[in-house]
Amino acid sequence: MHNKSIKELAKGLRSGEFSSLELTQSFLARIKQHQSLNCFISVTEDLALQAAKRADARIAKGDATLLTGIPIAQKDIFCTQGVKTSCGSKMLDNFIAPYNATVVEKLNAAGAVMLGKLNMDEFAMGSSNETSYYGVVRNPWQTDSVPGGSSGGSAAALAARLSVCATGTDTGGSIRQPAAFCGITGLKPTYGRVSRYGMIAYASSLDQGGPMARSAEDTAILMQTMAGFDEKDSTSVDMPVPDYQAGLGDDLKGLKIGLPKEFFGDGLSSRVGAVIEQAVQEYQKMGAVVKEVSMPNLKLAIPTYYVIAPAECSSNLSRFDGVRFGYRCANPQDLTDLYTRSRGEAFGKEVKRRILMGTYALSAGYYDAYYIKAQQIRRLISDDFKKALADVDVIMGPVTPSTAFGIGEKIGNPIEMYLSDIYTIAINLAGLPAMSIPAGFAEGKPVGLQVIGNYFAEEGLLNIGHQYQQVTDWHQQIPKGFE
Amino acid sequence: MGHHQEQEWETVIGLEIHTQLATKSKIFSGAATAYGAAPNTQACAVDLGLPGVLPVLNKEAVHMAIKFGQAIGAEIGTENVVFDRKNYFYPDLPKGYQISQYDRPIVRAGKLDIEVDGETKCIGITRAHLEEDAGKSLHEDFHDMTGIDLNRAGTPLLEIVSEPDLRSAKEAVAYMRKMHNLVRWIDICDGNMQEGSFRCDANVSVRPKGQQEYGTRVEIKNINSFKFVEKAINHEVERQIELIENGGKIVQETRLYDSVKDETRSMRSKEEANDYRYFPDPDLLPISIEPKLIISINDDLPELPDARKKRFIEDYDLDNENAVILISSRSLADYFEALVKESACEAKLCANWITGDLLAALNKADLDITESPVNTERLAGLLRRINDDTISGKIAKQVFELMWQSNATADEIIAEKGLKQITDTGAIEAVIDKIIANNAKQVEQYLAGNEKVFGFFVGQVMKEMQSKANPAEVNRMLKTKLK
Repeated sequence: MHNKSIKELAKGLRSGEFSSLELTQSFLARIKQHQSLNCFISVTEDLALQAAKRADARIAKGDATLLTGIPIAQKDIFCTQGVKTSCGSKMLDNFIAPYNATVVEKLNAAGAVMLGKLNMDEFAMGSSNETSYYGVVRNPWQTDSVPGGSSGGSAAALAARLSVCATGTDTGGSIRQPAAFCGITGLKPTYGRVSRYGMIAYASSLDQGGPMARSAEDTAILMQTMAGFDEKDSTSVDMPVPDYQAGLGDDLKGLKIGLPKEFFGDGLSSRVGAVIEQAVQEYQKMGAVVKEVSMPNLKLAIPTYYVIAPAECSSNLSRFDGVRFGYRCANPQDLTDLYTRSRGEAFGKEVKRRILMGTYALSAGYYDAYYIKAQQIRRLISDDFKKALADVDVIMGPVTPSTAFGIGEKIGNPIEMYLSDIYTIAINLAGLPAMSIPAGFAEGKPVGLQVIGNYFAEEGLLNIGHQYQQVTDWHQQIPKGFE
Repeated sequence: MGHHQEQEWETVIGLEIHTQLATKSKIFSGAATAYGAAPNTQACAVDLGLPGVLPVLNKEAVHMAIKFGQAIGAEIGTENVVFDRKNYFYPDLPKGYQISQYDRPIVRAGKLDIEVDGETKCIGITRAHLEEDAGKSLHEDFHDMTGIDLNRAGTPLLEIVSEPDLRSAKEAVAYMRKMHNLVRWIDICDGNMQEGSFRCDANVSVRPKGQQEYGTRVEIKNINSFKFVEKAINHEVERQIELIENGGKIVQETRLYDSVKDETRSMRSKEEANDYRYFPDPDLLPISIEPKLIISINDDLPELPDARKKRFIEDYDLDNENAVILISSRSLADYFEALVKESACEAKLCANWITGDLLAALNKADLDITESPVNTERLAGLLRRINDDTISGKIAKQVFELMWQSNATADEIIAEKGLKQITDTGAIEAVIDKIIANNAKQVEQYLAGNEKVFGFFVGQVMKEMQSKANPAEVNRMLKTKLK
């Protein structure tokens, strides 16, 4: 049951082959069985069973959607009413959200069955899931490796078949990088396509929620429900949502693929490079044509990101002050003591590092040199993509320079950790959609192909992933012990 | 301030007026703005700054700001109006930042004419920007703790910043009064100063007369009455002059006015001032304002106080003093024009009655013109009886008092109390003859050339006739009889 696609499951639910309750119970059992992966921060068993029963009733009545009765897990960055929403931090370990994020609301309304809340890097700051207050998540493909981050719990849970689909968020690669490391499919939508309301903010101008699943088709089904304008999010875009599934049949003859030379230079593992080349050849076999493109400002993406994202985060995380919700230090002596100890005791190292960097970048006398300059470079990077995408339909390249690294390998060296997002970060700065598709293995660990499209070209990206998954079976590989 | 100091020093004042906009809901959330609700009952998830919430701009607040800009002849930002975050920690500031506007406000340079001692002076307005109010910290009744009421958090404010064009406390008060009238006149603020709907900070400095450069300025915070503005500024000017004359130096700082002790005291110096780390709020995209909207708001703008005053003087032949009083509120000006129309009496008579008896009675009863027990219809009825000589002005005052206490018309009261003026010359003549016969001594004095005694005869006649005799007729007949 746990290897079936959403469509297969929906069919089984309707034919009475199994109920949502049985399906949910079977996934809950798997979650328990594989607790050592540490994918979940909270398992909402009772709520899941109730939701499954409601879904079964709905299916019986005949007013079900494709997602009705389908198990899903939410990244713990999305507020879920009545359920702990920790954002991977000690700061919110006691926070029961009093409302649902728009994405959660939509998925609940569609009848999806939430199994629980997924582990993540603290406040989505990290590339390995090692900054989580709840401990590192293990990569099912090699359990001494990281699953990537910050949506590490989401990617690992899907690879281990602990859920059918999951939500993630991507600020600098947080959907795509863990998807690549765990061999699953993940889509980072265009900025503004999915509502950010109720998604705890890290860097507001970069954050974007998106779907994660095993196949492009499942990703498309999930995206259909998640996408759309939300009047509660002023940065969401009021544009009709296309029928993502309807676009999945188009052939790729004449598709123009751009390969940025900057994605294939020094720093890319030769084995990962070889897998990507092979994947591109597969597309050529399907009729696509390849063209080299250049994005000269790409090398500035990481420093630019590490000014803008921390600047926004330093302000976004100010509300965690021990006054109204979240962690409060014991016996505060006065206001300053309340602030400094509450924040000092509850934020982890990486979060503090970014708050400090961001506070510095916004300070009087430094603002122009850092924040304004970074915004200017951000524009240059967007222009590079615009120029390239005027010539080609999509840009392809690796998601990450290497496969999943070992737990503990990079956590002591922030710069090296930041560099693992070198191919993903620029896309967030430009606000473009991009997808990670399983494309093979190197050293026994999954490699992800990144496909970057133009603004609001999610439909095309999903089809490009889907077509590839018609001729390859990388996305169907199951890590040993999780069959 | 002594005469000696006034000659040597020049005071320079700029005011920042915080106007609470009279919108139904808050500036970035749907919560109500009504004053006086139980603590924290009018604060929704957005106002509380819960994790994941996002601001959505209230269009009504934008419209009101545009309306204000039009009323002061200001340029309205069209393409590039930006909301910024002002970052600082305080318990009544839930997000740890206030959404405000930094360098791209909605209302740009404008002006307002004030009148002091009969002289008109044009005061420059630098800008007016939209921002959210903070909550309130309550220090009483909490036993060594502080209570936080977030009902006010998110209430829309328009901060109106003047140029340093004011030269005395008197001018500052005149400016503040004029502004207070204007914001109520155009219905963007209820002007309630006790509830804090209209409050101001004053930037005060002194310089030797003739010097070009400004002196070091001191900001006096949160002054919430006209009386206190005057007192606080005068006190601060005295303090500064005394300090300089004694060889001291003014330090740039923020001071708080204590109305009980009538003194200002230091809150924080420039060194202790916050670095607010302003940056554009990534949750709110820059807004563009359609010229069409500005035009339609301008078309709906009522005739403004200055224009109306001019018209009152020109069209109704009123003196400046009366005109100034009549435009002290839009409803009073409306009352005046309605009364003129309704009574068909001379405008001066109407103006005198409003600024005299009516306003005195309203003040005594602490009522607004809109709450006046005597409406224009009834007052017009009274004025018509003065006009057609049915009653004298003196009797009219009695009738007005009775009208104030009842719902009766002037005619009903005149009839019931028998106050109709006596114009029957026979009756008046009989009384005059009697008075002349009984006061031979005064007749002698008058005939000897003492004109003053004439008033005595008028008084005696009127007294005898209970003031009901037509005064003009009494005068005429007395003159004839005493020849």
